[in-house]
Amino acid sequence: MTTTTPRRSGGLGRVLIAVYGLLALAATGRSVYQILSEFDHAPLAYSLSALAGVVYIVATIALLAPGNTWYRVAWITISFELVGVLVVGLLSVLDPVLFTEKAVWSFFGRGYAFVPLVLPVLGMLWLYRTRPRVVDQATAAPVGTV
Amino acid sequence: MIEWFTLVQVAVACAAGLLCVVLGLAGRTPADITNGATALVEVLLIGQLVVAIVAPLTGNTPTGSSLEFWVYLVTALLLPALAIFWGLVERNRWSTVILGVACFAVAVMVFRMHQIWFVQLA
Repeated sequence: MTTTTPRRSGGLGRVLIAVYGLLALAATGRSVYQILSEFDHAPLAYSLSALAGVVYIVATIALLAPGNTWYRVAWITISFELVGVLVVGLLSVLDPVLFTEKAVWSFFGRGYAFVPLVLPVLGMLWLYRTRPRVVDQATAAPVGTV
Repeated sequence: MIEWFTLVQVAVACAAGLLCVVLGLAGRTPADITNGATALVEVLLIGQLVVAIVAPLTGNTPTGSSLEFWVYLVTALLLPALAIFWGLVERNRWSTVILGVACFAVAVMVFRMHQIWFVQLA
């Protein structure tokens, strides 16, 4: 008997990782441009977008990398994203002056087709499916290879 | 930027995206049709690259930030190539879905490029 962590990067997980990578690229790239060219326009929103971009990058790596530590990192980063999009989304609705629609988490990710709102939920479902569990190695079937 | 060419490009990228996602979910591994559709998206992007270089010389300049436009264009050019490469390395149905994801991302990015070139709200 041993504890195994099923692969998170197999099957459907590949698509999830590709979309995470894409969002990481979009959020980081765009916020870097915004900070360089029009930071004064919405300093808080653009700083948060840059932070979000970095967290998306870490989450992408955590989903790709095997092992229990990365599994925990994936949970932390993906939870952070969900909290971020909910808190910033709510704040931007209550006080629209504070945030701009061009930021990742403003208005629950409306500027990004609500992908930032949906993705953490899908990520959590995927992490739950590929959670570490105690199994008999002899009968262990690869999980996550859909 | 040529408006009709850009809109055709968005439509083709959406169609290619839909085709790849549907065939991928149906269990197909990347094949000539899905790789070809993605390659077509890439070829149109290269056309867009040529237009973006030539157009300003004829007085057709972006109304928005040309730096932002170029960041989108260069990134978009990488996506279909990376997705096809991914599909060659890992041959299963999810690679076909990823081809579709890349095509949809290109559609969104070309639409954003269209906004930067033609539409300024602020």
